[in-house]
Parts: sequence; C-alpha cells; structure tokens
Amino acid sequence: MGVAAAAPAIHTVDLTKRFGSTIALAGLSMTVPRGEIFGFLGPNGAGKTTSVKLLLGLLKPTSGEAWLLGEPIGDLATRRRIGYLPELFRYQGWLDAREVLALHCELAPLPRSSWKEEIAAALDTVGLTDRADDRVSTFSKGMQQRLGLAAALVGKPELVFLDEPTSALDPVGRHDVREIIRGLSDRGTAVFLNSHLLSEVEQVCDRVAVVDHGRVIASGTMDELLSGTAVKVRVSGLDDSARTRLAAFGPLDDEGEHLTFTKLDIERVPELVSTIVALGGRVYEVSPRHQTLEDRFLQLLHEEDS
Amino acid sequence: MPPVFVFARLTVQESSRRRLLLALVILTLLVVGFSAWGFNKITTVTRSDGTVLPHDQVSLITSQLLIVITFMYSGVLALSAAVVAGPLISSEVESGLLLSMLARPVRRSEVVIGKWLGLAILVTIYAAGSALLELTAVNWATGYEPPHPVELVLYVAAEGLALLSLGLVLSTRLSGITGGVIALVAWLMAWIAGVVGDIGTGLQNSALQNVGTISHLLLPTDGLWRGAVYAMEPDVILAALRAAGTAGRANPFSAVDPPPTAFLAWVVVWFGLMLTLSIWSFRTREI
Repeated sequence: MGVAAAAPAIHTVDLTKRFGSTIALAGLSMTVPRGEIFGFLGPNGAGKTTSVKLLLGLLKPTSGEAWLLGEPIGDLATRRRIGYLPELFRYQGWLDAREVLALHCELAPLPRSSWKEEIAAALDTVGLTDRADDRVSTFSKGMQQRLGLAAALVGKPELVFLDEPTSALDPVGRHDVREIIRGLSDRGTAVFLNSHLLSEVEQVCDRVAVVDHGRVIASGTMDELLSGTAVKVRVSGLDDSARTRLAAFGPLDDEGEHLTFTKLDIERVPELVSTIVALGGRVYEVSPRHQTLEDRFLQLLHEEDS
Repeated sequence: MPPVFVFARLTVQESSRRRLLLALVILTLLVVGFSAWGFNKITTVTRSDGTVLPHDQVSLITSQLLIVITFMYSGVLALSAAVVAGPLISSEVESGLLLSMLARPVRRSEVVIGKWLGLAILVTIYAAGSALLELTAVNWATGYEPPHPVELVLYVAAEGLALLSLGLVLSTRLSGITGGVIALVAWLMAWIAGVVGDIGTGLQNSALQNVGTISHLLLPTDGLWRGAVYAMEPDVILAALRAAGTAGRANPFSAVDPPPTAFLAWVVVWFGLMLTLSIWSFRTREI
C-alpha cells in the first residue's frame, strides 16, 4: 500500500517502440505526479498516441520500462483505476448511452449497486443526461466523444488518459472538457492529456512535455517553458533573401505580413527594427509579448529541425 | 459477470439488435413453410394407375429430399458463421471499438473466448431451432422422421461452429471481408475435396482418397456434413449403398458409415487448436 500509494501516476524509463525500422518512440523517460494535469504535445506522427497505447498495454514496448500508479504497465488490477478516451473513439451504435456506460461499469468492474449513481454522474458531467436512452448510432461525433469521456470517468479513476479529447467538439464543448479536466485534478485524479491543440493545453496543464520524432525535446512547467519573449512585427517590402537574413534573430514564424520571432530578447528589438529598415522593409507595428505555448512549440520544432 | 460472458452477451445482443436473428427466423419460417408444402405434395403424387405412392416410397423420397434441404441449411449456417465471424474482432480493432474496452481489466483471451461463445450459442440455437421446425414440418407433411435427429442437429451445428472458429482465427489478423471470403472458400474447397476423396474411394485410388482425408483433417466441415447425412439415411438406403460397394460412396449426399471415432476426437482437438491459435494471434497483435 505504502509504496504504491506514494508512487507517481506515471513513471517511464527509456520507453522505446519500433515498428520495423521506424522508431515511433525513442527512449521516453518521464514522471507524472498524482493529481497533475500533464500535457503531451507534438505534431502529428510524433509518437503521442503510441506512448498512450504503450502505457495502457495495447502495444508492447521494444525496450524500456514503465509503471502506472506504482505497478508495471500491463498489470490487469491497475486498469481498474484508470480511465481512457481513445483518439479513435467509437462505441456500440446498437446500445444506448446508458448501456455503454453500464458495460464499462461491468468491465471496470464496479459493484452493481454503484452503477446507477456512477452512470448518472458521468452523463451529467459530460452533458448527455437528456440523451441517456438514445442509441449511440444517432449521436453526432461530438456527442460520441462526450460519451467516450463519460466512459473514461466511470469508477472515479486515479489516472485518466485523454487522447485528443476535443477533436470533435465545438468551442462550447472544448470549454466543458477543460472544466471537466480541472474538476478531475481537483479531486486528485492525474490527467494525461494528449493534444496538438496548444491553447487548450496551455489553459489547463500544470506541466507539459513536447515530443517530436519519438523523442521528448522539452518538458517542464508552463512557467519554465514560457520564460522568453516573443516579438510580432507587421512589415512590408521584404523579399525572400531579406527574410532569410532575419534568421539571425532566432526562430521565425513567417506568416507573410506578420513575422513572429518566437524567442527574442526584448533588448534586441531596436536592432531588429533597424535591420528590417536597412533591408528595405517598412515596419508598421512591433508588439513584444510573453511567449505563448505555440511560440515555444514552434521554436522547439525549429531548433529540432536545425 | 465475468468478462467472457459479458463479451458473449454483447455478441448475442448485437446480432439481435442488428436484426440478424430476425432475418434468419423469417427466412427459416419461409423455407420451412415452402418445404412443408412441397413435401406434402409428394404424398399426393399419383402413379399411372391413379393410386398414390405407398408410405415406404414416400419416406424414401422424403429422406433424400431432406438431405438436400439440410445441405441448404448447413450452407446458410456455414455462410452466416463465416460472414459474422470474419469481422468479429478485426472490425472492432479497425473502428477503435475495442480500444476503450481493452484498457479495462480484461484479458484478450476473454474477448476471444467470449465472442466465440456468443456466436456458438447463436449457431447452436439456429441449428437446433431450424432442425426442429423443418423436421416437424416434414413429419406433419409425410409422416417421415430421420433415424437420428439429435445427431443430425449436432453435426450441422458442429459444421457451423467449425466455420465460426476458422473465421475467428482469421479475424484476429485479417480484415473482415478478407477473413470471411477465405473462410467461405475454405468451406467450399473442403466440400469439393471431400467429393474428390469419395471419387478416390469409388475408384480405389489412394492419392485421391488422401485428398479427402487431409481436407477432413484441415477443415472438418465436410466430415461433419457426412455425419449429418448418415444421421438422415434410412436403413434401406444404407443397405442399398453398402450393396453397391465402393461405388456407393462416391456421392457427397450419401454416407454409408458414421464418422469414425478418431475423426470425432480430432474434431474436438481441432476446435481446441483453433481457439488456442485465435487467442495467441490476438494476444500478440499490436492494436
């Protein structure tokens, strides 16, 4: 009891997965404490879903080790304490929402006497109470994703994996999911949030790891990651060669008229402006701001590529 | 409820809610109705002298027609088992339906056995139900009943279960449509190989006989079908076939002897092997 209770929600050491000659995950080492909302970021194909599937025992690691709630991955009893919303969410269309959740209560397995309350609470949390007795086949994508989230919540899990949990949701739904995630954290549930929606991660996560090409390229709290300044400049009159020369000011997100230097010391702004003018550019606006997660993310990927 | 029974219940429930059972029941009732009408017509056939056929002759004709009708039932059962078993696991892996369930404290062996069990219940109920209806209708129409009705149901059900088991193995790795088609082709090939074996017996050619024997070992559906045929053959037909010697055996709709005990023992082992292979294949599959 003592060791397992004190153990982190997730702990991995050099977790590696290869599919033939392709490295899907290269030596993932990380620790997610209990009750923390952990964001796992990365571009498509970076290895995010592979990581979740490895942790849940759906894939077997090529090498390395990992523990969930203090027990080695693949341990059946530990899965009673885990919830999972897959990226590819699909539920039995021929069952109604209440029956799908009852199925998950049964497989969890929860005592039958608690099902009614668990199902009602989960439906209420995701806002599907009104559709509880409707067949899942009549649900929209967004409603099915809500149902998947409800299924992940039954049994008050200690650790929840959410793989792109808002991919099918409208802005209201996304807001609801953020509130649900915060609620989970408040009651001590650790949340592993896989996402490429950076603003969403930025708003809810305590800590994040950025993964690319199967490797973690940065990790830390939001404050640790977003310590720099980004500078956005509105310019005209710069040709391609001039823009290339601006690379001296660090990673650049070039959106035509708007250039964002994703990490630039505020003291270098006058030098940047004079350089742009010297290169024949006309500056209309300069706005320094704290780095957003998107700035940092693009900066990290830029550094990784170079 | 243990996960095995949860998955078995889900499989039965899905077939019921998707109206597969209803479709089978309606089609079966139609076939039973038409065949009862047809069998009844045999009793009214008159000879050139205006008299109706004697009861023994009606029974003989009925027994042989019943074998052909049972072949249709076994075909429907085999086709249904293959088509339903083919996508049983693969479609749920491809769609992602199994992902959230496999993240629960569920062993993959429990998924495989549960799904097999659910479909096996359906196959057995269909075999028993359709046989009961058809034999009752035939008995009502002609007064004939086959010599071994219980064995008949068991052999036909076992044939369906064999196709289901093959479909399930394929379903752990191949897409539903591919697995279903392979299972169907295998069933037809096994039947044809059985006919080739019969011809070998008729011609006393051991090479051809071996084709039949090997096919019975690889996929025992044809061997089981012969068991069903034997269960329907009246003594008088058996005596005539035996009198015809080896030539009497060269016919896929006849059986002179019941399936050997060694074959039946092999069938039990074969089912065990198929289930073991399905479990191993699914357990080692990365999802």
